[in-house]
Amino acid sequence: MARSDVQLMLDVKAGDEQSFALLLHRYRSPLINFLYRMVRNREQAEDLAQEVFIRVYRAREDYVPSAKFTTWLFRIATNLALNSVRDNRYQRMEISLDAPVTTDAEDGDEKTMDVAEKHPNIEQHLIEEARRKMIRQAIEKLPEKQRAAVLLHKYQELDYGEISKILECSESALKSLLFRAYETLRVELAPLVAQQGK
Amino acid sequence: MTGLKTGHYNPGAAGKAAEEAGSEGKEDMSCGRMEKKIMGYVDGRLKEGERLEMEKHLSTCAVCQLRVNEFRAVDVLLDEVPMIEPSAAFDVRVWARVAAEPAKQSWWAWFAPSPRVAFAASMLVLAMMWLGSRPPEPSLNASEVETINQNMQVLENYDVISDFAPLSELPQPAQGDDIDDANQNQSTNPNQQM
Repeated sequence: MARSDVQLMLDVKAGDEQSFALLLHRYRSPLINFLYRMVRNREQAEDLAQEVFIRVYRAREDYVPSAKFTTWLFRIATNLALNSVRDNRYQRMEISLDAPVTTDAEDGDEKTMDVAEKHPNIEQHLIEEARRKMIRQAIEKLPEKQRAAVLLHKYQELDYGEISKILECSESALKSLLFRAYETLRVELAPLVAQQGK
Repeated sequence: MTGLKTGHYNPGAAGKAAEEAGSEGKEDMSCGRMEKKIMGYVDGRLKEGERLEMEKHLSTCAVCQLRVNEFRAVDVLLDEVPMIEPSAAFDVRVWARVAAEPAKQSWWAWFAPSPRVAFAASMLVLAMMWLGSRPPEPSLNASEVETINQNMQVLENYDVISDFAPLSELPQPAQGDDIDDANQNQSTNPNQQM
């Protein structure tokens, strides 16, 4: 029977590094994906995920299982991501408008070099890629806190209680955040939503 | 798709739609109250009583029903965003950082940040102990103080006397004479050795 997150963390506290390896294996992918969708840069997302795990490791001596492990883990991740997004925003403001336009990192990460080889139907592939890009951009346009709420709710499937603790708001405020986020997404993705309804 | 045209959720529009649907004017308030429950209804997290209340409302409110459908469509679209895989070097980098973490030190280790400092501190303590263990300076009695006062004039003029030229011109006593004088003193004072 698999040990719970809390039990693994208590074992890490007792000096068992193998338990830390299990936690790393269990949460590296969800964390990296969450952070990637928050900061929109793969390298930065991995750096932040490393920082999350290191902070967990450093805090092992003082760990007390007072809340769910995922709440603690994603609270660290969310705070790091929000700080990073704010820092990036200030950096972008300093970049000259004359700077050459480059393709965004995510396109580079997910595109394959030889599209025709893997996708015999290139037209279909391009349509799918355009859809995904539109969805990604709609998520990216959300204010940071709404984005974090949607990502934690939709992709991490955390319950309202956990998410409200992570975002340090009431459950009622969280429900309003999610409602406003879905309202924005509904408008941004209107053409796709219409297709979906047919 | 009236919902898409309005862009934002509008209880007024919902009330209008409800009126069109032949419902009472109470729908306005009801739509506003439903706002926070729509997400829970879409993702199936509402309690049984809340779910029934929502379904009762949806059966009479076309705007909220449309919104629920559109939120469900958004939810499906969000599933299309692909996941990424951690890079091959991710674990290696995490473990490298774990290995670089300083080992937890004991409480006593705080007092010994380095061997040199520890050595210097212990030498200082020993020096203080040695100084503390020395006997106090002997105090002078009245006659000794009087003697020092008498000699004070000579001591004050020591610089003048030591450089006084006529004294240096005096003949130096021969070494043999000194020995003879000493023997003579010994022979004349035999009791001094007793």
